[in-house]
Amino acid sequence: MSTAADPPAKRRLPPLKGLDGGRRSALLAAVLIVFALIFPFFLDSGSALLEDSTVALVYVVMALGLNIVVGFAGLLDLGYVAFFAIGAYTMGWLGSSFFSTRDIHFGVAEFLQAQPGIHLNWLVILPVAAVLTALAGAILGFPTLRLRGDYIAIVTLAFGEIINRIAVNSDEGVFGIGSFNLTNGRRGITPVDKIDLPLVEQFTTLNIRPWYWTALVLALFVVFINVRLRDSRIGRAWIAVREDEIAAVSMGIPTVRVKLLAYAMGAALGGMAGTFLGSFFNTVNADQFEFSFSIFVLAMIILGGLGSIWGVVVGALALSFINTRLIPDVLNEVPSKIGLDFDLTQLGFGIFGFLLVIMMVLRPQGLIPEKRVQAELTGDEGERIDPIVHTRAP
Amino acid sequence: MESASIPTPPSRPRREVVGEIVSRFGLAAILLALPVLYGIQDLQEEGDLGRLATNIKDGLSNGAIWALIAVGYTLVYGIIELINFAHGDLFMIGSFVAYSLIATVGLTVGTGGLGLVLGLLLILAIAMVACGSLNVMIERVAYRPLRNAPRLAPLITAIGFSFILQNVGLLWIGGGHRGVPDLIDTQDRLFTLLGVPVTNGDVLALVVTTPLVLLLVNFINLSRMGRAMRATAQDPQAARLMGINVDTTISFTFLLGGLMAGAAGLIYALYQTDIWFFSGFTAGLISFTAAVMGGIGNLKGAVLGGLIIGVIQQISDNRIGTEWTPAIVFGFLVLILVFRPQGLLGEQTREAG
Repeated sequence: MSTAADPPAKRRLPPLKGLDGGRRSALLAAVLIVFALIFPFFLDSGSALLEDSTVALVYVVMALGLNIVVGFAGLLDLGYVAFFAIGAYTMGWLGSSFFSTRDIHFGVAEFLQAQPGIHLNWLVILPVAAVLTALAGAILGFPTLRLRGDYIAIVTLAFGEIINRIAVNSDEGVFGIGSFNLTNGRRGITPVDKIDLPLVEQFTTLNIRPWYWTALVLALFVVFINVRLRDSRIGRAWIAVREDEIAAVSMGIPTVRVKLLAYAMGAALGGMAGTFLGSFFNTVNADQFEFSFSIFVLAMIILGGLGSIWGVVVGALALSFINTRLIPDVLNEVPSKIGLDFDLTQLGFGIFGFLLVIMMVLRPQGLIPEKRVQAELTGDEGERIDPIVHTRAP
Repeated sequence: MESASIPTPPSRPRREVVGEIVSRFGLAAILLALPVLYGIQDLQEEGDLGRLATNIKDGLSNGAIWALIAVGYTLVYGIIELINFAHGDLFMIGSFVAYSLIATVGLTVGTGGLGLVLGLLLILAIAMVACGSLNVMIERVAYRPLRNAPRLAPLITAIGFSFILQNVGLLWIGGGHRGVPDLIDTQDRLFTLLGVPVTNGDVLALVVTTPLVLLLVNFINLSRMGRAMRATAQDPQAARLMGINVDTTISFTFLLGGLMAGAAGLIYALYQTDIWFFSGFTAGLISFTAAVMGGIGNLKGAVLGGLIIGVIQQISDNRIGTEWTPAIVFGFLVLILVFRPQGLLGEQTREAG
């Protein structure tokens, strides 16, 4: 099972001028990470750009989570927003004064001790949310096991919509039964406790830096998990299921377990990102959990390249900055300049839809394609890599 | 217990037979659950089934709209095995076209008699042609280039086009709901059938949907193009070898689906007297559920599924609450896909495995 050491064959290659490909990209990654770490010092501690960067990093986490399901295992999940919702509500329920009749506190600051409701430290909520969403992911995955392709997409979409309806309408009973206020509907759960980490300066709305670093650490951690998963036995099993399920079964891959694992892993990452955003936005309300958000995350993966971890990171960063910066700040003037009368921010999702179509027709493998997916999507048999050579031995 | 009375070859184990019975009648039982439950409740509380009957009547009228949209899903799925995600939004565009044309043609609430009928027929024709050609255009741009790509690719472009159409609707009418002039006095009672008041809107849904569906079924069963469509659905390669222009046939299928969506758009606008850029998303999912329920790829199944979903939706609207209806319909969708993916009338498909 150990995948720690690179196969020695790689080392024996004659060194090119300077660095070989692997080392060059490692160096590039190191430079980028260092830049990302010191980046907040160039900005005002409460600047909007820093805020947008924080959100972008959380989107990276979500996109990488969805990438496990869609990119690695090839199961098109259109209900990913459900896991964002479940994670965010876990944060809302366990870290706010929403259930004001309860009185439970754990590991939170002085002033929260005095408030009613359930107040747990984010470090406690994070694993709880991960477990809950992983369970939800497995529950969602279960009915799709017998299905293939498009039908999976529809079942996941229906699941996302059901969760959305529950979020919107459960301020007085669920499905009209009872009168328990579960989600507070569109008014939402607010305020939500700020993340509070030991040994780190205080998280406030004016000082975004600790938020940013936390998101960065979370994103790097998830990138690391993704890389390790991809190169592991499970990762290879996912890819095998994606490429040819029947062949995978006959090779002895337990497809049920492998698929459920993909759903659960992807969902857990979405839930973890959800807890962060719930705290960061200081509100958990039903309007955040629309179908269009699932497509937003899907578009990140498609843009970056299905199954390609670095592609997905780039895609997520690009799309979230397009969403928060390019469309409202730069392009919004364009329609009025050419004599059209509309607000471009309204069109955000139309633009993403357009992007999906353009990408699929012109460059289906994404910006930074994964080799195997590229070979499949471009139908270029000549470039098809030999899996035996490129798959690390167990 | 009933497996004994059914003649079975001796080689088949009893469990398999029971399983088949559950699979065949389980779905029907699930579908009947809501009406039967509320029927019993009505009988106990009010002593008659008037409320349930009214629910069912309203549901059938609504269902006629879903049936017209579901036909579009099922035609396209039958021929290229693609869930045309943009189809619901195409229907929304149809309702917007109808809304815009009402003013252009000059119909007002006061218009009566022949003028109204001719005007509506004209609007119907234009809305149908507009949606049909739009659907053909979408197929040309978004699906045809991906004919040989993996199945995921056209599905994603379909989602993309769904968003594009929604934004077209948003730019066209704006983000809010828009009221449509009540040209036909939708809620006015025309006559009473078995104690159930039948309104103008119900009659409109019936007189537009029935001929269209009959025409469509006959067209596909009897015409030359219909035969080409069925051949392409069975085996595109073989159809091509037999001299059928597969691309034209597929385009034509999209045209037919679009025509039906346009008609549904007009009925919806007149019947609900309210249009919204987002209505296509929910309508699309409900209709897709209908298509799957009937057995995707099966025309009659789509119509049947549309009517059933309409009734379920109406009962849920009336008894549980409008806000929960989508969740309930999607719950049915998941149940159907899990327990009987081939639907009520459908055959075993490759998808359903």
